[in-house]
Amino acid sequence: MTIMDKAWIDIGALADIPMLGARKLKTAHGCIAVFRTGDDQVYALADRCPHKGGPLSDGIVHGSSVTCPLHNWVISLETGLAQGADQGAVATFPLRVEAGRIQIDAVALKGSS
Amino acid sequence: MKQKLVVIGNGMAPGRALERLFDVAPDAYQVTIFNAEPRVNYDRIMLSPVLSGEKTYEDIVIHGDAWYVEHGITLYKGHKVVAIDRAAKTVTSAQGDVVSYDKLVIATGSNPVIIPIPGHDLAGVLTYRDLDDVDAMLLAAQSGGRAVVVGGGLLGLEAAAGLRDRGMEVTVLHLMPTLMERQLDPAAGYLLQKAVEARGIIVKTKANTHAIIGSHPALGPPKVRAVKLDDGSEIACDLVVMAVGIRPNAALAKAAGLEVNRGILVSPDMRTSDPDIFALGECVEVAGQTFGLVAPLYEQAGVLAAQLAGDATPSFTPTATATKLKVTGINLYSAGEFGDAPDREEIVLRDAARSIYKRLVLKADRLIGVVMYGETGDGPWFFDLIKKGTPIAEMRETLIFGSSYQGGTPLDPMAAVAALPDDAEICGCNGVCKGKITTTITEKGLRSLDDVRAHTKASASCGTCTGLVEQLLKIQLGDAYNPKAVQPMCGCTDLGHDDVRRLIVAKELKTIPQLLQDLEWKTSSGCAKCRPALNYYLVATWPGVYEDDGQSRFINERVHANIQKDGSFSVVPRMWGGLTSSKELRAIADVVDKFQIPTVKVTGGQRIDMLGVSKEDLPAVWADLNKAGMVSGAAYAKGLRTVKTCVGTEWCRFGTQDSTGLGVAIEKFLWGSWTPAKVKLAVSGCPRNCAEATCKDVGVICVDSGFEIHFAGAAGLDIKGTEILGHVATQEEAVEVIAALVQLYREQGRYLERIYKWAKRVGNDSIKAQVIDDLEKRRALYDRFVVSQRYAQSDPWAERAAGKDAHEFAPIADLSIAEAAE
Repeated sequence: MTIMDKAWIDIGALADIPMLGARKLKTAHGCIAVFRTGDDQVYALADRCPHKGGPLSDGIVHGSSVTCPLHNWVISLETGLAQGADQGAVATFPLRVEAGRIQIDAVALKGSS
Repeated sequence: MKQKLVVIGNGMAPGRALERLFDVAPDAYQVTIFNAEPRVNYDRIMLSPVLSGEKTYEDIVIHGDAWYVEHGITLYKGHKVVAIDRAAKTVTSAQGDVVSYDKLVIATGSNPVIIPIPGHDLAGVLTYRDLDDVDAMLLAAQSGGRAVVVGGGLLGLEAAAGLRDRGMEVTVLHLMPTLMERQLDPAAGYLLQKAVEARGIIVKTKANTHAIIGSHPALGPPKVRAVKLDDGSEIACDLVVMAVGIRPNAALAKAAGLEVNRGILVSPDMRTSDPDIFALGECVEVAGQTFGLVAPLYEQAGVLAAQLAGDATPSFTPTATATKLKVTGINLYSAGEFGDAPDREEIVLRDAARSIYKRLVLKADRLIGVVMYGETGDGPWFFDLIKKGTPIAEMRETLIFGSSYQGGTPLDPMAAVAALPDDAEICGCNGVCKGKITTTITEKGLRSLDDVRAHTKASASCGTCTGLVEQLLKIQLGDAYNPKAVQPMCGCTDLGHDDVRRLIVAKELKTIPQLLQDLEWKTSSGCAKCRPALNYYLVATWPGVYEDDGQSRFINERVHANIQKDGSFSVVPRMWGGLTSSKELRAIADVVDKFQIPTVKVTGGQRIDMLGVSKEDLPAVWADLNKAGMVSGAAYAKGLRTVKTCVGTEWCRFGTQDSTGLGVAIEKFLWGSWTPAKVKLAVSGCPRNCAEATCKDVGVICVDSGFEIHFAGAAGLDIKGTEILGHVATQEEAVEVIAALVQLYREQGRYLERIYKWAKRVGNDSIKAQVIDDLEKRRALYDRFVVSQRYAQSDPWAERAAGKDAHEFAPIADLSIAEAAE
């Protein structure tokens, strides 16, 4: 099968995500939130807050963190770890930007199942 | 090879023990937990605030699911262990799972005592032990009615206060002559009874419950109808809560052949009679004592963790424990022993007028017990004297006045806190001691109470230690700690809300990036607290100029619907003044069918809520509603929500004015406006007030001579009747005054500050002066509101149904199909 032969899967353009925003990426293993920070870094995290499963892609992005919309847990986009006194972690997935296109690591994606 | 550790029970004691174990020996064990309750570990001592409504279950969870994942724990939720096979070293659950162990911890807790009187098994008889009990009580309280609490101890009184707060009529029955006689002497018990009665709770002491009487079988399955006392009297009730004590749950251990007395017998190293099996918590008995308060359980947890980690030194000796009643507004503290005995002396201080009572019990120049009512600030200091066995001969004369009077000259209360040792516990709820707080303040550079709560959790639960934490801040930071100074908006700036608003105007700041730059924000892009506030301030200050920043809005305002717990959304179309039509209802019905919307509910604001809509469907749902003429009801907005009305002169025989018409006119005028927090209105057609206008942000009561305009009511976290703003003669004038009031609030209110809080801060008189007395000012406010509305009144649903912000509603890509094919 062609798509999985490549290590990197194209998911869209950097410009498809608003700055300090996020988009959902649907996969067979659940949704992934793809974030774009104020300095054009992109990150991919499982779209489920470790607290109550809130959709992180609906949160507010600030610095390199996102605040969950359900109960305001703050999750680091870099590590997937909950910040402050809260404890928990979400899975992160490697991304890269090539010529304005965002690509996700197919292997990591497959491994998440 | 990791050893296998199996824990039976998932309460606070084993939770704390595992935390400590993971701190000292993170990789020593592969842990499996069996929990008979179908949930994670929560703070059982905080059930009372959940019952009274001050907290939610989410607030009291100690370890969320993630904690178990992080530590590789296998958690069997809702699995009760039914057998321990000590020879094979396995445990078996009711579901039939068999798990083997190298080390076993039994933490089966305790069972509530149920008095076996006739009727104790009727529907409507509850105990007060876990979250299921609280849920059952809340369900019962929803329909009001009467409750009888059997037992006037700590739990019984907390249950009674919680049920009373939830609106039930409550009677407490207590067998002994005074309340909480195990923790309080009769004098303090009497003061407590008076305070409980002042909350509207009936207290009957020396009351022996004889039977619980059920309803007549002819009326359906029997449920509680009344409680009958020994003297023959009956108290009618719909709910009985038995809170007469707990009994260690040692049955499983006993069946396994372990030594058991009242509780499971353990030695000071927390080992049972089987060296590979430990026990802790409310199920154990150490040196003839059993335990029900959290402090000794946490001590046991520390000892157990050390033992499991291979450190045989620590051992557990029962010591004095302190008790605090968790009922808001009643201050009570007791610790140690306080019964009379020939070798004991006492010092008592009474101040009847201020309802203060303090009693110290001394033995051989040492303090051994303390009971305090009304003023309990010195409790931890006295408790420390008891635990340490400090000789008190030298300070005996001033001892009862507390720590601030010691050391020759009267010291300020700060000195008392400063004098506490580092291991003195400050926050009982979260087990945080002084040393932890002071070192965290220094290491992390904390500046405020909120900082301390965020980093240590001290005072973040019940909050009774807030004063102590503030004093620690003061000691660590000196003059740099000034709680009265302007509260910064958030950690990103030192500026307060009012400063920021002033500077937005003065420096003509018109975008968020420009504002963050010019006002020297400490973070690159603010945070989830400040960005929505800044976005509102810019929207309100520069109508038509500022371009709304969706990424600085909370998700609800970003996608114009209300997010639900499962990530779906709810949709509420506007129904002007609560009026609807067959056409609108038909369109709603069609939308519900077409999009298979699972729940349709009537809201408190006289509208219809469609719940469970997926985000991707929102634009299509709105397009259909738009076609029937409906627009967004802004049920998600920090903005105008609803105008509730009664039918007024149109139909009602008592109506004095066209209240529905006025409500519709007001809603048509105000809709679309953004405000610091939500704004709810109501218009009642006569003083009977069927639209409940006197608990709204803005309310109108119609009278024969015109319209009485009210404001600053509340019926949420706080309940507060409205204040009267003024009286006007015509509808036009009413609309003008209300628009001016809302505009003043838009200009002065701090983000998320409701009208009643804003009014309290700036003063009702200053508001009246500008929107009622000074006609010129009123007109100017009104004009500014009209200008702002020019840019605000376009339906956000129609815009998005037409394609605006499409990226918010569709995924960036869908890989699931390609992957599935593969």
